[in-house]
Amino acid sequence: MDNALTKTAEQMNGVAVLSKEPEAAPAAPVIDLDGLSVTFGGRPILRELRGELRGRAIGLLGPNGAGKTTLIHTLLGFHSPSSGTAHIFGRDIRNEAKQIRTLIGYMPERDSFIANMTCVHFVRLMAELSGLPSEAALERAHEALFYVGLGEARYRKVGTYSLGMKQLAKLAQAIVHGPRLIFLDEPTNGLDPPARQRMIELIRQIRDSGKAHILLSSHLLRDVEECCEEILIVKQGRIVVSCNLEEERKSNIKFLEIETRGDRESFVEAIATLGCEYALTSERRLKLVLQNGVEIRDLYRIAGEQKVQIRRLNFKRDSLEDIFLKAMEDGGVPQAAGLPVRGQQ
Amino acid sequence: MAVYEHTYKPYAGPLTPEWSRFLVIPRHAYRDVFSSKLFTGFFALCFVCPLVMAILIYLHHNLTAMAIFQINLRDLVPINGFFFQFFVGFQTGLAFLLTVLIGPPLVSRDLANNALPLYLCRPLSRAEYVVGKMSVLIILISAVTWIPGELLFLFQSYLEGAGWAARNLWIAGAVFIGSWTWILLLALLSVTISAWVKWRLAASAALFGLFIISNAMGFMVNGVLVTRWGSLFNLTIIMKTIEDSLFRSPNSMNFPNWMVLPTAAAWIMLGLFLGMCVLLLTRRVRAYEVVR
Repeated sequence: MDNALTKTAEQMNGVAVLSKEPEAAPAAPVIDLDGLSVTFGGRPILRELRGELRGRAIGLLGPNGAGKTTLIHTLLGFHSPSSGTAHIFGRDIRNEAKQIRTLIGYMPERDSFIANMTCVHFVRLMAELSGLPSEAALERAHEALFYVGLGEARYRKVGTYSLGMKQLAKLAQAIVHGPRLIFLDEPTNGLDPPARQRMIELIRQIRDSGKAHILLSSHLLRDVEECCEEILIVKQGRIVVSCNLEEERKSNIKFLEIETRGDRESFVEAIATLGCEYALTSERRLKLVLQNGVEIRDLYRIAGEQKVQIRRLNFKRDSLEDIFLKAMEDGGVPQAAGLPVRGQQ
Repeated sequence: MAVYEHTYKPYAGPLTPEWSRFLVIPRHAYRDVFSSKLFTGFFALCFVCPLVMAILIYLHHNLTAMAIFQINLRDLVPINGFFFQFFVGFQTGLAFLLTVLIGPPLVSRDLANNALPLYLCRPLSRAEYVVGKMSVLIILISAVTWIPGELLFLFQSYLEGAGWAARNLWIAGAVFIGSWTWILLLALLSVTISAWVKWRLAASAALFGLFIISNAMGFMVNGVLVTRWGSLFNLTIIMKTIEDSLFRSPNSMNFPNWMVLPTAAAWIMLGLFLGMCVLLLTRRVRAYEVVR
């Protein structure tokens, strides 16, 4: 029935319906990087990126100059790939950039607005450029501004807004047309803690609505950790880590951090005989993974035998910071950041 | 996503046709443009000339009125190609002033506010963005040049009869093409300058300056090399040559012979000039400047 209605509307008005566009294959990843490379003036910026991203919220991490923003711009069609390609919802960025952009909302990193317009006018203009009819665009602009918390300030000119309000206005224009994928480039840049918290809340709400995927580019690990379930770490134009944070957290459930006093060498040797993997993280601390059948009481028993005091013992998992730092240190591995391995210092 | 619901909801309604989206840009620009009383007043003044000329055409065919005023308008102001050429020349002069008033901030404002990524991350190409910005001028200039010009032609045809219209159909063509050459030149030039010059006053000055400098350069080359080909750099002469050829009145401004250009050369130069503007726009209108 929906299709019939859509067809009638198209015939009558010569319009298309975004939500009724032919869907890509159901299993198509949100973003599929297929050997994507970008070169500026002979200098490679992105090198042979490969991978499939399927998460509801994907964190794009990397140090400054790693190529995060270039990747977003290339996916948006601002830069042409020098080789390879990428697909968004199954559509090729080389040939179907315009169709892809109907499905995407973009919140740029830098201040981007039209200074002498009221915010509602600005957001409405952006909605109309995305293809919404004038009345629907106005309605959605009001809704989007209320949604992000700028309802009371929507008739003020964007140029008069504070930094936090400008960020929210940028978010409003990115979601006003109801995109299926939202690119957020450093959305918490320059925000004070309450404003940052508000932004994070909004991103989580959109993620939890299940109606849109989010690609969050940031160098703030906490933002990504709070919002994202999948991460992609880029370094010098290469993907160094691509993993699902949720799965990482689940797989690291038996990861222990222990602080000891006494003869640690004999203690770790005894632990190794139990088949546990361990890593010495500092003079008095070590991390270890309990093998099946090994329990905490066994650790205390060994510590007693070796005359070692266990001062602190916590169940921990690799934090995003650990994963990130490891990726930055050794260039990482193409898949999930691993657990500490035996003898790793 | 109703105001009171506060949940994210995708848009599921109809979309406008893709070809029409660039027209969103002029529609929103006019809100800003017509908020200036100075501009609105000037725009209204642009219709005085068409009104006066419509009255002249009417008086031409009203023997009673001519008897009352005791004038013979048919001899004084004949309705012919020159009548319409004067109209186009006068109105394009006003169009130039309109362009100076509203052209300079068209793109520069977006560049200054880094708004280009917001336009270009939507289903809108760079070409559509430029055409949208040019449309702001094209629509307004059309409203004061070829549209009233053609209406005057229709009015005259109605009063004079179908025979006159058939004999002078070329005038309608000349009004249309003559106006559009100016429209394209002014719109493209204005958008290009706006893309390269950030300050409004400087951009307005550049628009004036381009015509003055090109005139001076043309005269200089003609004088130094004792040739007429220096006029190829003179935008005013190029446009006048094209206009004269369209209205079948060679050298209507009585330029000295050594300044007059062949029509084909004028068209080629105009084409090259417009091409250069497009090239400059292509280099400048990008979502992000790539530092190589």
